[in-house]
Amino acid sequence: MPTEPTPLDLTADVVVAGGGPAGAWAALAAAQSGADVLLLDKGYCGTSGPTASGGTGVWYVRPDPEDREKAMASREALGGHLADRRWAARVLDQTYENMHRLGTEARYPFPVVDGEPYRRGVQGPEYMRRMRSWIRRAGVRILDHSPVLELLTDPSGAVAGVRGHRRQHDMAYRVRAGAVVLATGGCAFLSKALGCDVDTGDGALYAAEVGAELSGMEFSNAYGIAPAFASVTKTAYYNFATFFRADGSLLAGASSQGGRAVIAAELMRTGTVLCSLDQATPEQQAGMRLGQPNFFLPFDRLGIDPFTDRFPVTLLLEGTVRGTGGIRITDDECATTVPGLYAAGDAATRELICGGFTGGGSHNAAWAMSSGTWAGRGAARFAATLGGGSARRRLVATGEAGLRSGAEVAEEAILSVREQVHPYEKNYLRHGDRLRPALAELDGAWSGLRGGAAVRGAAAIRSRQAAAMVAHARWMYTSALARTESRGMARREEFPELDPAQHHRLTVGGLDRIWVRPEAGARQAVAS
Amino acid sequence: MIEIVSTERCVTCDVCIAVCPTNVFDRGPDGVPVIARQDDCQTCFMCEAHCPADALFVAPLRQPAEAGSPLRDEAHLTENGLLGSYRKEIGWGRGRKPGARLAVGPELGFARTTPRA
Repeated sequence: MPTEPTPLDLTADVVVAGGGPAGAWAALAAAQSGADVLLLDKGYCGTSGPTASGGTGVWYVRPDPEDREKAMASREALGGHLADRRWAARVLDQTYENMHRLGTEARYPFPVVDGEPYRRGVQGPEYMRRMRSWIRRAGVRILDHSPVLELLTDPSGAVAGVRGHRRQHDMAYRVRAGAVVLATGGCAFLSKALGCDVDTGDGALYAAEVGAELSGMEFSNAYGIAPAFASVTKTAYYNFATFFRADGSLLAGASSQGGRAVIAAELMRTGTVLCSLDQATPEQQAGMRLGQPNFFLPFDRLGIDPFTDRFPVTLLLEGTVRGTGGIRITDDECATTVPGLYAAGDAATRELICGGFTGGGSHNAAWAMSSGTWAGRGAARFAATLGGGSARRRLVATGEAGLRSGAEVAEEAILSVREQVHPYEKNYLRHGDRLRPALAELDGAWSGLRGGAAVRGAAAIRSRQAAAMVAHARWMYTSALARTESRGMARREEFPELDPAQHHRLTVGGLDRIWVRPEAGARQAVAS
Repeated sequence: MIEIVSTERCVTCDVCIAVCPTNVFDRGPDGVPVIARQDDCQTCFMCEAHCPADALFVAPLRQPAEAGSPLRDEAHLTENGLLGSYRKEIGWGRGRKPGARLAVGPELGFARTTPRA
């Protein structure tokens, strides 16, 4: 039996778990509020997650009342009227400020259009490289390749630190902290969608283990369009596409927005959907190349001209990365229901600004930088109120599933979760008769992860990911079964209509026993 | 997936080992990183973007390229200017203009739905 190497024992005012945009902004805000900040990334802060490897529009709107109104109104129906205008307005304000700071303080090289910096999007690799340098200049310590494995609480249940493993040093670590921000991303279930394989829902599991709640988990069935052979999901560019069946006939009704179900159905029926981006004008083609160079990598490297050739496409699961569910937020500083625990970015629910639908990057990017900023400040403020005794608190380990189960069990669980969550007929084209047996399978996988001998090191990282994905899927399907209507992205074949009586968010939580209920505020509103 | 670490070009800076978000590389005995866990590669092209020596090649496939594929043939890739092509496109490297400076995509407008034949 190998013994655990001597742990690295650290302290910080604020720990940020996750180094994508939300984590980076959280770390920056906390450091600039005067906190001593440690950022822990499972991968590498600067390349981890879908933003770094792609490019994204940003929900950037001038503070003009009319433009704001239009921006907020445009997506309300799509999201099933579950968004909150006060939050949308806050995000627009914060995003506007952050994008300016990115240009002036981090010297991000925005394009210049008509003499003005064009701030409606960012190129991922450049954005995240600059965020890394910026937060280091602000005094943030970064540990890369150092996934968190569990949260530590004090005896009262407040979050007081984390425990994890430095995988490139094979070394355990522990951090005592005043507060923790979870910015660990959503969950895309190892689907190999661009940049998403680090997103296995780890933070949601850790949060639930200390008693935090989740919300919007039924809005988790996002699938992005990608060439059938490649990882690059850039669904927006398929706005210019025409879709075909394998025999060359038009696939009527298929489209990037509102017509993905047609694509899913054809893929299930025949396994093949072809497309060509033949609707883009030469000017648009040139713009696409400049805007998203990585979109063209698969085509250029295989000698395909996507504007004239027909190529096969598929739908890759992006789960809660481009769905809207996540850890429930309880105040303006992105606190959770657990003292000392904050959530930001894809790990947190995005229903506040998107309701039950997002899809594209622009709202997600705005949410990441805004919620990150608030969570970082909130965590710093919370840590400061604890005073000097905070580092002397007794620490209680909170992690369970996956920490005491063999490696084979974890691999089985990963296979099982892929089988129950990736297929279109289960997760995308949802029906209770298919969701219920899938949930039963997932419950079985969960039980398997609850027992056995202790695992450590790289094996523990893998089995905690397995546990997080299984937990995520169980919250998703439990919520999906509770929503007996079609609202936002959550569709049920047997309940195709919107039910006015279900105009509320769903809160979900629990581990061995999962519960789901309408959000408390919504219930009161209905009662009154 | 990552297919090639060019022993000829590699300057053993270990940047790819550091930046790979899914920890695909290990240090090789001769200092040149080895692709230790190809299955974990998520085809995000980040190692290529960060490699200062244009020594890496990520085939644009979610599965390993087949034996004999030109996507595993360093001579072919070099000849066709594919080693380092992503880094060039995003304008990274000495003397290049950052691609971010030019990144204005087309207006997207409403999605087009494929009509009936």
